[in-house]
Amino acid sequence: MSQLLTVSPSPHAHSQESIPNLMFGVVYAMIPAALVSFFFFGLGAVLVLAASIAFCLFFEWAITKYMLGQEPRLWDGSALLTGALLAFNVPTNLPLWILAVGALVAVGVGKMSFGGLGQNLFNPALVGRVFMLIAFPVQMTSWPLPVESRLQLVDVSTGPTVLSVLKEGVKNGESMDAIMAQVPSHMQLFYGHMGGSMGEIAGAALLLGLIYMLYKRIITWHTPVAVMASTFVFTGIFWLADPSQYADPLFHLLTGGLLLGAIFMATDYVTSPMHPRGMLVYGVGIGLITTAIRLFGAYPEGISFAILIMNAFVPIINKYIKPKRYGEKPKPAAA
Amino acid sequence: MLFKTFKIGGVHPPENKLTAHLPIQRLDLPKEVRIPVSQHIGVPAKVVVAKRDKVKVGQIIAKSGGFVSANIHSSVSGTVTKIEESMDSSGYKRMAVTIKVEGDEWLEEIDRTDALVPECALSPQEIIDKVAAAGVVGLGGATFPAHVKLNVPKGMKAEVLLLNGVECEPYLTADHRLMLEKGEEVMVGIRILMKALGVARAVIGIEANKPDAIAAMEALCKKGKGISVQALKVKYPQGGEKQLIQAVTGREVPSGGLPVAVGAVVHNVGTAFAVYEAVQKNKPLVERVVTLTGKSVAQPGNFWVRVGTPIENILAACGGLPEGTGKIISGGPMMGKALPNADVPVAKGTSGVLLLDSPESKRRPMQMCIRCSKCVSVCPMGLEPYLLMQQSQHKRYADARDQDVMDCIECGSCSFTCPSDRPLLDYIRLAKGFVRKLPKS
Repeated sequence: MSQLLTVSPSPHAHSQESIPNLMFGVVYAMIPAALVSFFFFGLGAVLVLAASIAFCLFFEWAITKYMLGQEPRLWDGSALLTGALLAFNVPTNLPLWILAVGALVAVGVGKMSFGGLGQNLFNPALVGRVFMLIAFPVQMTSWPLPVESRLQLVDVSTGPTVLSVLKEGVKNGESMDAIMAQVPSHMQLFYGHMGGSMGEIAGAALLLGLIYMLYKRIITWHTPVAVMASTFVFTGIFWLADPSQYADPLFHLLTGGLLLGAIFMATDYVTSPMHPRGMLVYGVGIGLITTAIRLFGAYPEGISFAILIMNAFVPIINKYIKPKRYGEKPKPAAA
Repeated sequence: MLFKTFKIGGVHPPENKLTAHLPIQRLDLPKEVRIPVSQHIGVPAKVVVAKRDKVKVGQIIAKSGGFVSANIHSSVSGTVTKIEESMDSSGYKRMAVTIKVEGDEWLEEIDRTDALVPECALSPQEIIDKVAAAGVVGLGGATFPAHVKLNVPKGMKAEVLLLNGVECEPYLTADHRLMLEKGEEVMVGIRILMKALGVARAVIGIEANKPDAIAAMEALCKKGKGISVQALKVKYPQGGEKQLIQAVTGREVPSGGLPVAVGAVVHNVGTAFAVYEAVQKNKPLVERVVTLTGKSVAQPGNFWVRVGTPIENILAACGGLPEGTGKIISGGPMMGKALPNADVPVAKGTSGVLLLDSPESKRRPMQMCIRCSKCVSVCPMGLEPYLLMQQSQHKRYADARDQDVMDCIECGSCSFTCPSDRPLLDYIRLAKGFVRKLPKS
């Protein structure tokens, strides 16, 4: 026999699934929301998305090559995804130098300082976003108002997000009906007619992304559904108790990046639990903390903080919430 | 039609059943056979022939070496030329008997006709003794001696016999063809097994990708009582004993326990056929069906092969070793063993030989774990492969034991699925080896 044979342990087959496949799958799922954003925020959205991706790719490349002394691995798509997610979490009129700082924090501190892909405890894009929110609160909270199919790059008409209106209104003792009159209708919120971060505005588009990711089996339903359902239930309890003081649960679901967080941020592989049961606990935790921050905290939104706080609990969730083992509890014999 | 399946995990590798439509052909006798004495799980058999002895087909050449062991018979007639260690499909050098083939002379008491012998008047113990004498082992690949499984431990009771016709390994079609071509014999074998176990009910589990086998067996089941066919959804590793029990009965074998603890005994359909031949035809296990397959094979096929025949001989019947072959696997792509060469003999557990070309043979380089949790979701035993691999890498074997590493059935679903190409199962096997050496706590 002239041929050299490979001898290796089983299995000898592989699913051909790969990291770039999964990462690009998430990026594809973000396309509908990006298109809605391009439509309402115009070139600003395009610019922020392109710049954010470019910054993240650059920092990943530079840190891997010059600080870690390794071969850069931009092909795996993870820096691209971080860049896109970071862009989704900032206003489209954000000065680019602030975005560059955010990208450095996201990739440099949020990911590479832990050892790179797969090693980080916290969602890198959210680390970047929260850093910018605290360091540059003014720029991070002045949002361009949506104008259908506009083309100019800079627009002077900026305003608060829907949830800020709510928070201010409640603080000033306005009635819920009066507040609701100032904000877009639920239907407008659903298709994206509101001020906000680039990727958070269109519930419909985000849900389309979720369906795509579920169909492609990139993620499972557990985390997003747990986050959405628990937020809905917790805010719903307060709304039922006093509808004049608290906004309805559907309103909470459609605003403040809740869907963006539930679908794209909380489901990050690296920083979410390893088992469906753990994912449910993690998702409910996010919903609970988000509700607490929104109704009683200083910030109008809160899902970013909620996800980061629950990220810290993931190791302990993985330690104590185990999958059901085969043969753990034998069923009583019955023919 | 709703198909049953097991509840936890599972994957869907491409089925690639290239030989499903090809009838089983009889392979020509080789010039020489090399019969390993260790073709089963348990103690190797003890050689009872000497060099230059003349042997006939069916003559015992090595006797069972303990309770969990099996007799080995000559598969050819001729002269014993060598009794020495040589490489078998395990990759280790182990004792084997080499016999130079001279004619094809069988022992007198063996019934070599194709006539069906449907009735069996033997007592359960006589059946078990006959199965043991014939050296019948589990033919699905695990090669556990069949008579041991028929001896139900004291205090336990078998309620149902499950027949494994799942053949969930991609490419392999040996059991599929056997059910189509030898269905009646398999049914008699099942009745004999039921009698030996004292059970009134038997269920044949067959995956839905074999509708012809399901129909054929269902038709045969209608002729009698107690035996039924359960069609199963296609999912790997459904042919795993524990998975099949869960799929058909809904019960779970307790960790570390025997299937009979939940009233089930599982035998492969191939084993049922071997039991038929052993009990009704006095024919020991000297030949079996082997699928030789692979995308690059000129004429893949299913063959009746005498135990001990070099794989090269089957290859020759299939058009030779294709150019660019990178791997020869004994078994299927998920649990089969890669062979160092084609000289290795067919053993009782060789259900197939699969050839992969060079690109298919190579693993991709390992990447970082991205904690996607896919390995956890596909594990049919509900384990956490990523965690077990970490513990194995850090030599924390006691921790791995506490995370139930010994429950792993080595199906390979985790490594198959991992998008980072991590060798999860390699590390888990390593950990299992070390856990066996740990002091019992």
